[in-house]
Amino acid sequence: MTTQQAVELLTHGNPIELGIQADSMRKKFFDETVTFIIDRNINYTNICQSQCKFCAFWKKIDSSEAYLLSQEEILQKVAETVAAGGTQVMIQGGLHPDLEISYYENMLRAIKKNFPQIKIHSFTATEIQHFAYKAGLSILETLKRLQAAGLDSLPGGGAEILVDEVRRKISPKKIMSADWLNVMETAHSIGMESTATMVIGFGETMAQRIEHMQKIRQLQEKTGGFRAFISWTFQPGNTLLGGEKTSSWDYMKNLAVTRLYLNNIKHIQGSWVTQGERIGQLTLAFGADDLGSIMLEENVVRAAGTNYEMSINKMVNLIRGAGKFPAQRDTEYNVLKRW
Amino acid sequence: MKDIEEKILSGERLTREDGLRLFNCNNLAWLGNMADTVRKKKCGDVVYYNVNCHVNLTNICTSRCKFCAFGRDFENQGAYAMTKAEALAVVADAIKNPNLAGLHIVSGLHPTWTFENYLEIVKAIHETYPTLYIKGFTGVEITHFAKISGLSVKEVLIKLRDEGGLQAIAGGGAEILSDRVRQIICPKKATAAEWLEVAKIAHGLGIKTNASMLYGHIETLAERVEHLIKLRELQDETHGFQNFIPFPFLPKNTELGKTVKQTSMWDDLRTIAISRLMLDNFDNIKAYWVMLTVPVAQVALGFGANDIDGTIHKETILHDAGATSPTALSEDNIIKIIREIGRIPAAVDCNFNILRRL
Repeated sequence: MTTQQAVELLTHGNPIELGIQADSMRKKFFDETVTFIIDRNINYTNICQSQCKFCAFWKKIDSSEAYLLSQEEILQKVAETVAAGGTQVMIQGGLHPDLEISYYENMLRAIKKNFPQIKIHSFTATEIQHFAYKAGLSILETLKRLQAAGLDSLPGGGAEILVDEVRRKISPKKIMSADWLNVMETAHSIGMESTATMVIGFGETMAQRIEHMQKIRQLQEKTGGFRAFISWTFQPGNTLLGGEKTSSWDYMKNLAVTRLYLNNIKHIQGSWVTQGERIGQLTLAFGADDLGSIMLEENVVRAAGTNYEMSINKMVNLIRGAGKFPAQRDTEYNVLKRW
Repeated sequence: MKDIEEKILSGERLTREDGLRLFNCNNLAWLGNMADTVRKKKCGDVVYYNVNCHVNLTNICTSRCKFCAFGRDFENQGAYAMTKAEALAVVADAIKNPNLAGLHIVSGLHPTWTFENYLEIVKAIHETYPTLYIKGFTGVEITHFAKISGLSVKEVLIKLRDEGGLQAIAGGGAEILSDRVRQIICPKKATAAEWLEVAKIAHGLGIKTNASMLYGHIETLAERVEHLIKLRELQDETHGFQNFIPFPFLPKNTELGKTVKQTSMWDDLRTIAISRLMLDNFDNIKAYWVMLTVPVAQVALGFGANDIDGTIHKETILHDAGATSPTALSEDNIIKIIREIGRIPAAVDCNFNILRRL
C-alpha cells in the first residue's frame, strides 16, 4: 500500500470495509489464536523532566506526590508478578534528573539474579536517550551496558506521533522523531528487539499519522527488529493538553489501517487498556492478533482517568466470546499455554 | 456464505436457515459490512435520535421477571409508585430543555392500581403538556390493562389514544417471543401470542409500535432467529412496526444474572447486523446506547443501525441492572457521536417525523 493510498483510506475509508481487509490480512499470518501476556508495569518514578502536555502521570521533584521506588520495592513487585504467573516486567519511569545509569544497571542485575526466568521488557527510547545523556555515553554504549545488566527488549512507548511538528506542540521537551528511531535502530543492531507504538487523537492530521507509520515501516525494512505494533488513543483526563477522547470509530479505522499499511510487522495489538474490554474484543475483527497484557499493575493510563480491570478469566472469556482461541504468550510471542 | 451475500445484495429475503448460518458465522466485519450496505440503501446516511424523557410511573410489579432489576414488591427497598403530581414534576423538570419533544412512559404492573390509575396520570400529563408526544406502554402493560379492566385490548388502546394522547407504543416486553423461554424468564406476563396480538390490534387502529428483543440469556440462537421471523411475518401483514431494538440482557442485580454473564461486544454487534439483514421489512434498527454503552452504540451505527435513541433525561430501569452508561446524554453529545462517523443527525418524534435535521 502506498503512502497516498493509506492517507486516502484513513481520511475517507469506511472502518467496517477496512476491517474486512485488515482481517483478511491477519488471516494470512495467523490462525484464530489470539495471544496475551501476563506482566506488570513497574513505574519506578513519576518524577519527570519531560512534563509532556498529554501526560497525567508526571510530577515535579518537589511535589508531595512524587516518588521513587527502592530496589526492595521493585523486587517485591517482580516477586508478586512471578507468583501471579507473569513472565515479563515492563519497567518504565519518568526522566529523573538525578539518577545515574548505575541505578538502572543495579536494578536490572538484581532482578535477573533473583528472577532469572523473568523477561525484562523495559525503558522507552525516551528513557534510553535520557540515561545516555546523563551518563555522557552514546546510545549504543548505553544500550550495551543495559543489555549486559539484563535488559532483554525495549517497549515501543514514547513514539506518540513521530512528526516533529506534532511533538513540538504536545511534548516539546521530549525526544524528537529521529532520536526515537535512532534508539530503536541501535537497539535492533545489537539484537535487542522492540515493539513500536502510536498514540492518536492529539489533533494530528491523517497525513501525519501515515507519516508516523511510514517511518516505522521504513526502519522495519532495514532492521526487522519490531515485533509488534500497538496503537492507542490519547487519554485527556488530568492533562495539560486536555480536550476530548477521539472516538472508538476513529481508533478502529486507524487500527485497521495499521494492519494493512504495516505489512512488515507481524503482530498488531488491540488496546483494551484505553478502549475497554468491549472495543478491545472488537479489535479482533479489525486486524489485531494480540491483546497485550492483562497488566497486574498499570499507573499511567489510570492517572488520566481511564481504568479498566482485566483478569486472566476475563481475557479468556473475551477472546472466546469472539469465537477465537486464547493463548498466553511470552515476550517473543511464543505460545506458553492454551485454554 | 457467498450465496447469502448474493441474496443480500440482490435484496432477496433471507430464510430461517440463512439467519442461523449468519449467527454461526464468525466473520464479524463481513456481517457488519453486509448490514451497513443494506442500511445505506434503505435509510441513507441520516441517523435518528430523539430529545426525550423516560417516565417510569412505578417499579412495583406483579410480573417480577427473572431478567429485571427494576421491579419490586411493595415492601422492598426503593419501591415507589408516583402520584399524578410526582409524574408531572418529572416532566416539568425535563421540559426545562426547550428541545424536549416527548416522553417514553413504561412502568411496572402495579398489583393494586387499576387501568384508570394509569390512564389518569397519562391524561394529566397530556393535558398539562399537550405539545409533547407520548410514546409508551408495552404490549405487556396493554395486555395487563385489558385483563384488570375487563376491557378488550382494542378498547384499552382507544382510551389511551383518545384520552391519554398516546401516539405510539413502546417496543419492550417482547423479550424472546417463545413460550418456552417466557415460561422460564417471565412466566407471569403476556405470552408471545398476546404480545403480538397487541401489536396487531394497535396497527389496525393506526397506532404505530416498536419491537424489541431481549437476548443473551437462556435463549438459543434458533430462538433469536424465530423471534425475528415472527416480527417479520406480522410486519408483512400490518406494516405497523416502526423500529426494532435489540436489547442485550444486563445481568447485574437480577435473578438470571446469578447464572448468566453479560453478552460480549461481538454478540451485540452481530445481533444488530443480523437484525438488519433478517428484518427486511423494518425501516429502522436502533442502537440503544444505554445498554450498549456510548462507544459501542456509535460503532453499531456502522453495523446496520440508523437510530441511537435519545437524551432520556434520567434512565432508571437498566441502571438498576448495572448499566455503566450515563443516565442521560446531551443533545450536543448525540449530535457529535453521529457526526464523528460521517452521518447526518436528525431529531425525530415518536413516529419518526423529522423535527430538526442538522
